[in-house]
Amino acid sequence: MNKNIINFIATILLALILSLFLPWWSVMTAALTTALFIPLKKSAVFFVPFLAILLFWAVYSFILSSGNDYTLTKRIAVLIPLGGNPYVLMLVTGCVGGLAAGIAAIFGKQLSLSLEKK
Amino acid sequence: MKHFKLIVSFLLTLGIFFVLNTKLGTVPPIGKFLNPYTGIWQNETNESISGNIFIPNLKDKVTVHYDAQLIPHVFAQNESDLYKAQGYLTAKHRLWQLEFQTYAAAGRLSEIIGEGALNYDRTERRRGMGYGADQAIAYMEKYDTETLAFVKDYADGVNAYINQLNPKDYPVEYKLLDYQPEAWSPKKTALLLMYMTKMLAGGDEDLEKTNTLRLFGKDNFDLLFPDFFDITDPVIPKETDWSFIDVPQTNLPVSKAVLDTIRETIDQPHPDNGSNNWAISGTKSATGNPILANDPHLGLNLPAIWFVMQLSTPNHNAFGATIPGALSVISGFNQYIAWGETNATRDVIDWYKVEFNEDRTKYKYDDDWKDVSIRVEDIKIKGKENYKDTVLYTHHGPVVYDKNFKSDQELAGYAMKWIGHQGGNNQKTFIDLNKATNYDDYVEALQHWNAPAQNFVFASTEGDIALWIQGKFPNKWEGQGKFLMDGSNPENDWQSYIPQQFNAKVKNPERGFVSSANQHPVDENYPYYVFNDGYETYRNRVINDYFNSKDKFSVDDFKALHNNNYNLKASELVPFMLEHMDTSSLSEEEKIIYEEIKVWKFNNDIDEVGPSIWRQWYSKLYNIVWDEFEVEDTALDAPSTYQTIYLLKNYGNHKFMDIVETNETETAKDLFLLAFKNAAKRLIEIKKEEGDYKWGNYKGTYAGHLLQALPAFSRFDIPIGGDRNIVNATSENHGPSWRMIVEMTSPPTAVGIYPGGQSGNPGSKYYDNFIDDWAAGKYYSLNFLQSNEATSAIIGTQILIPSTHE
Repeated sequence: MNKNIINFIATILLALILSLFLPWWSVMTAALTTALFIPLKKSAVFFVPFLAILLFWAVYSFILSSGNDYTLTKRIAVLIPLGGNPYVLMLVTGCVGGLAAGIAAIFGKQLSLSLEKK
Repeated sequence: MKHFKLIVSFLLTLGIFFVLNTKLGTVPPIGKFLNPYTGIWQNETNESISGNIFIPNLKDKVTVHYDAQLIPHVFAQNESDLYKAQGYLTAKHRLWQLEFQTYAAAGRLSEIIGEGALNYDRTERRRGMGYGADQAIAYMEKYDTETLAFVKDYADGVNAYINQLNPKDYPVEYKLLDYQPEAWSPKKTALLLMYMTKMLAGGDEDLEKTNTLRLFGKDNFDLLFPDFFDITDPVIPKETDWSFIDVPQTNLPVSKAVLDTIRETIDQPHPDNGSNNWAISGTKSATGNPILANDPHLGLNLPAIWFVMQLSTPNHNAFGATIPGALSVISGFNQYIAWGETNATRDVIDWYKVEFNEDRTKYKYDDDWKDVSIRVEDIKIKGKENYKDTVLYTHHGPVVYDKNFKSDQELAGYAMKWIGHQGGNNQKTFIDLNKATNYDDYVEALQHWNAPAQNFVFASTEGDIALWIQGKFPNKWEGQGKFLMDGSNPENDWQSYIPQQFNAKVKNPERGFVSSANQHPVDENYPYYVFNDGYETYRNRVINDYFNSKDKFSVDDFKALHNNNYNLKASELVPFMLEHMDTSSLSEEEKIIYEEIKVWKFNNDIDEVGPSIWRQWYSKLYNIVWDEFEVEDTALDAPSTYQTIYLLKNYGNHKFMDIVETNETETAKDLFLLAFKNAAKRLIEIKKEEGDYKWGNYKGTYAGHLLQALPAFSRFDIPIGGDRNIVNATSENHGPSWRMIVEMTSPPTAVGIYPGGQSGNPGSKYYDNFIDDWAAGKYYSLNFLQSNEATSAIIGTQILIPSTHE
């Protein structure tokens, strides 16, 4: 299997598991870890974990809110403000998690490189 | 180079973590806030209303049936469990509001929202809110440990709920402001009661009136602020015989007001805080059963101030509106009686000028020096160092204004004497009313009530109706406390209190009804000193005229009266202005507006334009009449609406009518035209901006979230008529906060509604689901369950079970 896909799946799985014990930054921990053990190249270093966590958070928030007619989501999408659109809020949520994960992964990649050097 | 990249990426990682994990200004910590497993997505839930819940220290099982309005019907086996369950359920549905209100009461908002709230916090602390709550707890510890035990049970219930929560379950407001709930305590219930006392008996104009007296002299003052208006339709009917009162009014000493210049005063509660209530006897009722109604007028907020519950044990069964933080039902009924409150404001705040010695450790009193005591208020501020404010206390009360707060006087200050500082036992009144079975029980329960003074309306299945004006009132000498007093003169102290049995009351009056709407409690014949404390003069007359208009009334008539939009105030001035105003100079556009108000029948319905024209016209008029009151750096309050209209009609040539700025000498007639033209100008603008100025749009009633009406959690443009001084007292953000009608069948049959919903969670469909029906004047039948059996009205049942492992 393509390393990108492996990293993608591993990041989601690890994030899922770590979320049981850790606060929101478990996604950063997950991405950092996979970057260390499943190193990727070039822009994939950032984008693979970014997309993985984006998908994870957006889908999870969709599942949580669709069962309740997006009652609160619509309100938060006024607060943020995103024109009251619940799907935009899911996307934003995903991007926030993805961004944190992607940056942590870049750090993980750099860390793995410097460890190799020694 | 490699190390450089490593360091940059490390710093980036730390940076993103910090940005997403920290509250920046008003922006919540966005990672914490938005992540799906502990953030706001977890609040996308409706409440659980089935299953079993384990609660420590319960004595027995408690059954909670929920109906379609999410009203919990609580069946406990004893009172201790009942109040535990009440605490638990209130926390379950209203935790954030429950806690936030006591933070607000205690002057602790800076802890949550930062430095912006510091001034507010200092004001509340200097007002003695925490001090008053301490006194209430001390009173219960000393005299009434039974009530205190129930207050502790309530706290246990709240804490049982808080302890079950994971951070992901915290109400959304905690996540938004990034803080956690803290443990509940009896002191918080005392603070909540102080909050109500402040809201309803925390206003006064003594210092403003002192400025007025100094600037305009006594004759003008008496004309502008008479003790009684030319008409009075008091709460206790005029014909009442007071000859049974054998304790006289305090004798008038030689005392002069202290005519200081006061620059600014502390925030006052909303002037429209008030209410209606009334009850008719069986003889006046279409069905032969007494009927009672109550509608407290308060700020329209979300979560709403009220939470409706049925609270029962095998020995009693009460139903009605509760307030998160206080025990038992506040406005409601049980199997035998119904009760409700309106505010009975009276001058229970007085101000004393105190003079200190050089190091402010003593103050002058009766030609001697008395020690001040010190209360250090330690105010926590989010993200900053604590602010310590030292408040000096005299035997009068806290020195609110001194060199550290809104005053420049180095060695003097103004001390506040407030009935709210005297530890009372208000909670017991409600606990006992919930269990009362007849008039005598009701009278007994009221005796514990100090403040805020309330008009307690009463009706029983036995056929009695009554209304007591209950509070602890100083027996004042004529004129005492109207203005700032010299705090060193013992004769200025409150000398005694009106004996409770001589509080004004009425039982089963001949006219067949009792009513109150924040008007004068009594007329001049009552043997104690009562002066105008900002009394209402319109709603009371509409209500009393209505009940004098025919022989029999039904529940439907009560509903009609609750929703009555008749603007008596406008009807007493508009025809006069139309008659006396010179219309020759009106433009075509102004003439259209003139014709519009001419045909108005004085109903403040949403589709009318008359109410908007009136509102504009009157407010412009009021401002130019009282231009004399716009004095820089001087706290002043202009006269009441009633007196303003009286003066416009009867003293149209008085020098106050003149606009000081202009060279001409204006009279009332000129002001009518001037104000009309100004109003027309604004109305034409509004029409251009918004399309029309129909009352519904013009007023734009809204229910604002407790956090500065955050639009996301508020409801805007609620289509409802009415206004202040109208029986349907709905203004922009204020109005009937709970409408209840109870017919005294056996058991009673009741309807009720409030502008909000039972849930405090903006993610729940029960958050604001009553608002549309409330605006439309509808009511919900209250399902008064007579036994623990779930009826067809019940949609879910939850059992609270004592947890074994404690």
